[in-house]
Amino acid sequence: MIATLGRFLILASLLVATTGAMIGFAAGKKRSAEGLRWTRRFAYLFFACMSAATLLMEYALLTHDFSVGYVAQVGSRAVPAWVTIVSLWSSLEGSILFWGFVLGIYIAVATYLTRNEHAEYMAFAIGTWLACSSFFAFLIAGPANPFLTIANPPMDGPGPNPLLQNHLLMIVHPPLLYLGYVGMTIPFGLATAALLRGRLGLSFLRPIRAALMLPWIFLTIAIMLGGWWAYEVLGWGGYWAWDPVENASLLPWLTATAALHSAIVMERRSVLKGWTVTLIQASFLLTILGTFMTRSGVFNSVHSFTQSSIGPTILVFLAAILLGSVTLLALRIDLLEAEGRIDGAVSREGMFLINNLMFVLLTFTVLIGTVFPLVVEAIRGKQMSVGRPYFDAMVVPIGAALLFLLGIGPALPWGKATKDETKRSLLPPLIGAAIVAAVGFALGARNPWTVFTLAFGGYAAQVTLGQMWMPLMQRLRRGDSFGTALVQGQLQRGRRRFGSYIIHAGAVIVIVAIAVSSTMKTTHEVILTKGQTANIGPYAVTFTGTEVREEPHRVSSVAMFSVTRKGRNVATLEPRMNQYQMMRDPIGTPAVYSTIASDLYVSIMNLDPSSGRVGVLLIITPLVSWIWFAVLMMGLGGVITLIPMRRSYVTATAPSVTAGASPAGSEVPTLG
Amino acid sequence: MTSVTSNPSASDVMRRRTRWFMFIAFAVAAVAFIVIAAGGINKNLVYYWTPTDLQSAGDKAYGASIRLGGMVAPGSVRNRTGVSGIEFDVKDATGIVHVKSSGVPPQMFRENIGVVVEGTMTRNGYFQCSRLMVSHNNEYKAPQAGHAVDKKELEKMMKSTEGLSD
Repeated sequence: MIATLGRFLILASLLVATTGAMIGFAAGKKRSAEGLRWTRRFAYLFFACMSAATLLMEYALLTHDFSVGYVAQVGSRAVPAWVTIVSLWSSLEGSILFWGFVLGIYIAVATYLTRNEHAEYMAFAIGTWLACSSFFAFLIAGPANPFLTIANPPMDGPGPNPLLQNHLLMIVHPPLLYLGYVGMTIPFGLATAALLRGRLGLSFLRPIRAALMLPWIFLTIAIMLGGWWAYEVLGWGGYWAWDPVENASLLPWLTATAALHSAIVMERRSVLKGWTVTLIQASFLLTILGTFMTRSGVFNSVHSFTQSSIGPTILVFLAAILLGSVTLLALRIDLLEAEGRIDGAVSREGMFLINNLMFVLLTFTVLIGTVFPLVVEAIRGKQMSVGRPYFDAMVVPIGAALLFLLGIGPALPWGKATKDETKRSLLPPLIGAAIVAAVGFALGARNPWTVFTLAFGGYAAQVTLGQMWMPLMQRLRRGDSFGTALVQGQLQRGRRRFGSYIIHAGAVIVIVAIAVSSTMKTTHEVILTKGQTANIGPYAVTFTGTEVREEPHRVSSVAMFSVTRKGRNVATLEPRMNQYQMMRDPIGTPAVYSTIASDLYVSIMNLDPSSGRVGVLLIITPLVSWIWFAVLMMGLGGVITLIPMRRSYVTATAPSVTAGASPAGSEVPTLG
Repeated sequence: MTSVTSNPSASDVMRRRTRWFMFIAFAVAAVAFIVIAAGGINKNLVYYWTPTDLQSAGDKAYGASIRLGGMVAPGSVRNRTGVSGIEFDVKDATGIVHVKSSGVPPQMFRENIGVVVEGTMTRNGYFQCSRLMVSHNNEYKAPQAGHAVDKKELEKMMKSTEGLSD
C-alpha cells in the first residue's frame, strides 16, 4: 500500500519536473510572464511531491513496514529510533530519495526568494533546476527505486550499515554533504540562465553569490565532519587519506571557492564574467562526478556504503550536462563581455587571478590523481592506485602558495598601486610572520614546509586581523563609541567583508593546524597486559582491564586505560570493539583525549580477552582539534556574509534590473 | 571594448602584446604542471598484485610499491624473533610469498583469512609489509566460524584505502 503510494508520488514528481522544465525553457525563450508563473507553480509542486514521498518513507521506516523494499533492506526492530530515522540515508535508494527531497527544498526556497526579482532570467533558471530534478526523479523511479513492493515481507530486517550506527557524526555528516552537493544545482541553474539569456547583469550577481555561498558553507562543514568522523571511528589516527570519496567532496569545494573569489573581481571590475560562470558550471559537474564516484562502485572506499547499478545512468547524465555546458559556454561566452579591465598584476585583483589559478591547479591535481587509476584500468586492465605521496607532494606547495596569497592579497589595494603603497602594505605583516614562525620553531617545528606554513600563516593572520580592525578603527577615530562602531561598522554595513575575513581567519588556522598535525605527530604501537604502562610524550597510559558491555543492538568489548600526566590522573579512555547484531566482523572505535594543544589517541588493534593482552596504537597529534573549530568558524563567517543587508543599502549599491517590480505577492512584469 | 586613452592604436598593440604574453605564460605553466603531475603520479603508483603476479614479475617487483592480496597460508604465522611483529606466507592458487610485518596485527588476523599487505619486495626473498589489512565485511552475513576467502571481497579490499597512514 505504502509502496504503491510512494511509487505514484515519485512518478508524479518525474512528470512535474519534466513538464515544468519544458514550460520554463519555453517561457524563457518567449519571455512570457504567464509561462514564468506556471514554471514557478511546477517548482513548488515538485517540492510537494518529493516531500510527501520522503515523509512516506520515514513513516514506513518508523512503523517497520517491511513490505516496502527499502525498509526490508535497512530496517530493523532492534535498533534505536534515531538510527531508524537516519537510515533514510544509510543506503543507496534512500539517499537518492533524500537527494531529491533536498533538491525540492532548494528549488522551492530559491523560487520563493526570487519571486519578485530577476524575471529576465528566472524562467530559464527554474527550467534548468527542474531539468536536473527530472533526472533524479528518474533515478528514484527506475534504477534506484526505494518503493519496491516485497511480496512476502520478512518479520525483521538486518538494520543499516553498522558504520552508520557506530557514531553520532553519521547523523549530521551525510545530510550536510547532500545540502552542499545538491545546493550547487541552484547557482548552476542561475549561471545557465545567464548564458541562455546571453547577459549577466551586476544585479544578478547577488543571487548567484548567495546561491553559491550557502552550499559552500554546507560543503565546507561536511568535508570537515567527514574527516572528523574518519578520525573518531576508523582508528588509524588520521583524518584525511586522499580517499576517492574524500576527493570527490573536495573537488567541487575547490572550484566553488574559486568561483566565490572570481565573483568578487567581477563585481568590482566587471571582468571575469565568463570565467565565473565556467567555475560555477564546473562545481556542479564535479558534484555529479562525485556522486558517480561514490555511488557507482568503481571505487571502494571507507566512506562509501553502497555499490550499485546506477553508475552508467549517472555517467550518461554527467556526459549530457558536460556537453550541454561546454556547448552553451562556447556559443554564449562572448556575449558576457568584459566591461572593465585589470590594470596591474601587483594589485588585489591580480592576486585574485593567481588565487583562481591555484585553486584550478589544485582541482586538476586532485582530479588527475583520483581518476588516473580508473583510466588505466579501463585501457590496460591493470589495477593500481596513486599513492598518498603524490597528493602530498603536489598539494602542499600549492596550499602554501594559497596561504601566502591569503596574506598578501587583502593587504594590496585594488587597482594600480604605487611602489610606496605596496611597500607600506606588504612590509608590516612580516612581523607577524616572524613571530609565529619563531614560536613554532621554539616548540619543535623542524620540517621546512611546516615552518614556511607557520610564517605565511602569521603573515596572513596579521593582515586579516588588520583588515577586520580597520573599519572599526576608522569609526572610532570619527568619534563613534566602540559599541556603535562594532555594530554599525562590522555587522550592518560591512557584513560581507567582515564575514569574509572571519572565513579567512578560519582558513589560516585550518591550514596551519593541518601542517602542524600532519608533520609533528608521535606514534607508538605496543602490546600491553593488564597493569602495564606505556609512555608516550608527557603521558603514561596504563591498561587497567577489559569489560564486555551489552546493548540491544551490539556487544562491546571495552579496554580501559587510565591516563596520567606528571603523576596526575587526567583521563580514563575506553576504546572498544563493537560487535553488531547480524554482522560478522567487529568494528573498532578509538578513544581520544583532547586538549587545546594536542590529542592523545588510543585505538585497539587487537584485543584478546582470554590472555588479557591488548595491542594498541597510541598517537599524540598536536593542534588537531583546531581544525574542527576553525572550519566551523569558516562556516559562521559564511553565514554572516549571507545575512541580507538592509534593503535601502542594497538598492543603493546595486540597482535592480527589475526596478519596476511591484510589491511582494503580485507577479513580476516581464522585461523585453 | 572602449578605451579611454588618447592613442587607441598604441594601446591596442600593448593589449595584444599583453594577451600574447599571458597566453604563452599560461601555456608554459600548463605544460610544467602536466610534467610535474605526471612525474608525481608515475613515482607513486601502487600496483595491485597477487602472489602469482609478483612471482612472475621477476626483477620488476623489487622496489615498486605493491599491494599484495591473497590468503594467509595455514601454519605459516610466526612471531618474529627479536623484534615485534609477525611473519607469514600469503598465497593464492599458484603462488606463495613470504611476508614480514612489524607492528601489531589487526583484530581479525588469523590463518586462512584474506589479507592485503602493502609494501615492497626485498632482494632477500621476502615481502616487507608496511601495512596489513584483513578482509572484513560490514554487510549482513549469517555468523559462521572461519569463512573462506571471497575473491570478490578481496578484490574490493585491494582498492580500499582503509587504514591508510603516512
